[in-house]
This record gives sequence, C-alpha cells and structure tokens, in this order.
Amino acid sequence: MRFWRKPLDADKLQIPHGEIHIIRERCKGCAFCVEYCPKDVLELSTEFNLKGYHPPAAKNAEACVHCGLCELLCPEFALFVLEKKEEEKGDKSITPCKEVEKVES
Amino acid sequence: MSEVQLKKKKEELEEEHPMEHLLRMERMPHIWCPTCGIGTAVTAFLMALEKSQIPLKDTAIVSGIGCTGRVAGYVKLDSFHSTHGRAIPFATGLKLANPKLKVVVFSGDGDIIGIGGNHFLHAARRNMDLTVVCVNNFIYAMTGGQCAATTPITANTSTSPYGNFEQPFNLPYLAASCGAVYVARWTALDVRRLAKSLTEALQKKGFSFVEIICPCSTLYARRNRLGTGLDLMKFYHDNSVIKHGADLSELDIGFQSKIVVGKFIDRERPTFIEGVNQGLRGVLKEKFVEYGGPIDDD
Repeated sequence: MRFWRKPLDADKLQIPHGEIHIIRERCKGCAFCVEYCPKDVLELSTEFNLKGYHPPAAKNAEACVHCGLCELLCPEFALFVLEKKEEEKGDKSITPCKEVEKVES
Repeated sequence: MSEVQLKKKKEELEEEHPMEHLLRMERMPHIWCPTCGIGTAVTAFLMALEKSQIPLKDTAIVSGIGCTGRVAGYVKLDSFHSTHGRAIPFATGLKLANPKLKVVVFSGDGDIIGIGGNHFLHAARRNMDLTVVCVNNFIYAMTGGQCAATTPITANTSTSPYGNFEQPFNLPYLAASCGAVYVARWTALDVRRLAKSLTEALQKKGFSFVEIICPCSTLYARRNRLGTGLDLMKFYHDNSVIKHGADLSELDIGFQSKIVVGKFIDRERPTFIEGVNQGLRGVLKEKFVEYGGPIDDD
C-alpha cells in the first residue's frame, strides 16, 4: 500500500484535504480504518470510550487527502470525512483535483 | 467524568454520519461483533443504492434469519425480516404483486444457500427480477457456529470439531448454472469494487447475484485460530485474486486458500414476468391483460 506512483502533473494539481470526524462512542475498535488508511493518518488511541473500546484518533490530520476509504470501511458508521475548504492561493497554474475529474468524466 | 468531557461526548453523538438518512439510527449501535465485515458490506450497498439512483420509495429489502438477516432491520427502506431461508420466496411474492418494485434480498450464506437453497435454485432458474446479495462468512454464525453448506474442507465448527469433510458449495458456479444473469464475488475489503458491482447488479434486469466474502471474528476466526476479523481482512488483502470472467468451476474456496474475486457472468435472458406475459399473450391473444401492479392511491 505504500508504493504510489507520482503523476507527471503532480505539481500542477491541488490535492484536496479532508477533515476526519470520529463518533467515538459508536466505535467498537476494529481498527479497519487504522490498518487501511493509505496515508497512515489514524492510530488507535489509548483512551477508552464508554463501551470500553479504543476508538481511533487522527495522529497527523493534515496528511488526509479525502479519499474516504476509512468512511467506507467503518462497519459501525462511526467515522466520516468531510472536505476541508481550501483558501484561494491565487495561483492559476494549479487546478483542484476535483475539476480535473469533472473534465475527464 | 467532568462536565466538559460529557458535553464533548454529547456533541460527538449529535454529529451526523452521511449515511444516516438511509439507516434506522434508533437501532444503532448494531449487534454485529467488533471486526465483523457485515457493516462494511452494508455501507457498500447503501453507496451503490445512492449511485444507482433507484427511487428509495420503490425499493424493498428482504432478509432472512442470521447475522446478515438483521440488515433489513437497520436499513431505512421498506423492509421485511422473514423466516429462516424464506427471504427469496417472500421477495418473489413481493415482486410479482408489485412489479414496479426493486426488490433486494440481503442475507447470509446459511440462510440463502443452506436453509433456503431450493428457493435460490428456482428463483435463478425462473430468472426472477431480484438482486440477491449473499454475505458469505463460511459458518452459521448467529446460531452458534454450526457447519454450513459453504464451510471449507477441514475448517473447525461447533458441529464438526475434528474438521469439516463435506465438499462446500461454489456459489458463483451454482448461481450461474441455475441461470443467474449477473454473478460477481468480492471480499468485504474491496469496498469500492463491491459498490460498483452492486450498482451494476441493482441496474440489471433479472436474477443478479453478488457474493460477499466476509470475516466472522467470533466464530469462524476464533474456532479456527485465525485471529480477529482484522487478520482475516489482511488475509483477503494478500490472498484474493481479481479474475473477471474466470472459469466458474475453478472458484472453489478451500480452507485459507486463494480467493478468486471479480465479475463472472453478465448476460441477458428474459425474466419470469416477461416470459409469462409473452407466453400468455401468444395463447390468449387480445383477451390478455397485462398486470402492472396495484393501483396507486395517491
């Protein structure tokens, strides 16, 4: 999972960022999200929730690229990712990934 | 616990998951064990349902008994939790009484293939317009881990303490040979591929069958000393091979063997309703009136 090829136009693309929301009290600590996050954003926390499981916590939240795999894999509906609003950089040469997807499809 | 912490917990619980409009949240948390994969399969199904753009009002979901049988209770659609093995006959009746409905059968291997095996064969033979999603965890999980029709050879269950020595069913081969028009198999880890496949199955006219290989941590993994559901997911990651259109007779699953996944069959056949209508129109000529479902009240 760690060997990604870098696209040729990687410097011209604006990578989206996600904001991870964890509903800690609903989690049963299965760690699917921790194991399969391609960016290694999550880890199991040492704290307990009310049920006695260790819910995940974001260890480097900035690395999240809003792929949404953790949200899909979570069997408890306890985790979701929302897109973080990016500030305008004013640099016209950089296109957001979303717009590239629109053109291609 | 301090007041601040309690307030934080309350706020967290009030956050709304994007799938919540399709789930009966008053029944959450669900009964599935930690590291069970059925929740993931449900997420993929709900994503497929949204993607396929079938109106939710015209969708019905039927389940039988078992761990996966609980899905009908958790999904916020018209749903029915039927008796053991009779999910397909109930869905058949529902479809025939109201042909406009999109009927989905979401149940486990023990329910669809074990107890209700005969119904499965005949629904596939008739090409009833149903989408059958079978979550295969290789065991009768809810009733205490008995040996199922899909348990691999040498696997330990509570009714085969020295190992199972019966040949298990090869589900895609069974479905295809009975006449299913869409047959696919994915593991619970291939969420995106599974969602795409389920979208195709929902849009397909006729008997479409999707098998989902799913980890069972409490019974299958524990009795066979395979670790937790997460270890089984890791096993699927390393040992599943994507082979679209593979030779169906080679899709048997042995104990901890390679799992061939993919889309195997996608063909066209007249459905049961089409066949009957066409046949009767030929015999009765202008006397024939086609049944279009109940008359809408609104």
